[in-house]
Amino acid sequence: MNRDEFVQGLKDIFPMTIAYAPIALLWGTVAAGQGLSPLQAWTMAFFVYSGAAQFVSMDLLKTGTPLVLLVFTILTVSMRHVLMSASVSRHMASISKTKASVLLFWLTDEAWALIERRALERPITANYFAGVALPLWPIWFSFCALGTYLGNSIGDTARYGLDFAFAAMFIAVLAGFWKGPSTALVLFTSAAVAVLAKLYVPGAWYIILGGLAGMLVAVLGYRANEQ
Amino acid sequence: MSNNIYLAIIGMGLATYATRLAGYWLLQGRVIGGRLKVALEAVPPAILTAVIAPTVFLEGTAGMVGGAVTLLVALLRAPLLVTILAGVATVALLRHVW
Repeated sequence: MNRDEFVQGLKDIFPMTIAYAPIALLWGTVAAGQGLSPLQAWTMAFFVYSGAAQFVSMDLLKTGTPLVLLVFTILTVSMRHVLMSASVSRHMASISKTKASVLLFWLTDEAWALIERRALERPITANYFAGVALPLWPIWFSFCALGTYLGNSIGDTARYGLDFAFAAMFIAVLAGFWKGPSTALVLFTSAAVAVLAKLYVPGAWYIILGGLAGMLVAVLGYRANEQ
Repeated sequence: MSNNIYLAIIGMGLATYATRLAGYWLLQGRVIGGRLKVALEAVPPAILTAVIAPTVFLEGTAGMVGGAVTLLVALLRAPLLVTILAGVATVALLRHVW
């Protein structure tokens, strides 16, 4: 039974394992351009394990940003993980706090989306979490290091449309969250705020701003129903 | 780039892990009801939408058509792999054509 849960996680994340390598390779080539060695790139990918944080850090390291500001910026870029972690915690009641704290190291956008999808049907077990979250990690740090080793000899991965795999997976998961007209308001608000923030707010604030705007609309709607 | 890079990596690693733990630990021992419950229930659709909106709406025809095709295939309850492949193939094709 438990092994089945792990295997189901592996099956669910499988499509993403293919899309992950090109993004990791791309980051590796950017890192090589900034003067990182393959070992340094491997270490960063191993411990930081976040595409958004790693890409942003490349811009900052280039300009010699102080360490405190670097860490602060990474915190803001990663703020969406606070909401994701809060949301999945609702489905992790059966997992011990220690185990959950270890597993959450591997909470990526991709694994999170699939965990939420699974949670629409049943509670999340530690084995499912491990199955869905762990496979991406070795792929990530290996291909990040490989990208740095190969440098700029890799072509443009956008040509194959693989960069869209991530968005496609999120759209597929999103389709399962439709709960009627109240959902439409949340979706519209999040999309509008995220697009505007992407256009007019520097940095990677659009995810957290769009997310919070959608949550706010949901809460306002709830209060209106009560009165 | 000096050995400071390893210091930067430690700082960055702690920052990303902290955000991954924060939401979980902030809610431990809390009774989730009322507005908090509604807000948390809105997290998945709101964040999923915020992540993809710029990709879909700001990257021209390929993004919008690709997004629409993906959504259509997803609503037909196709398996996840098929849905993703449909989206990726559409975007690759449109980028090739344009």
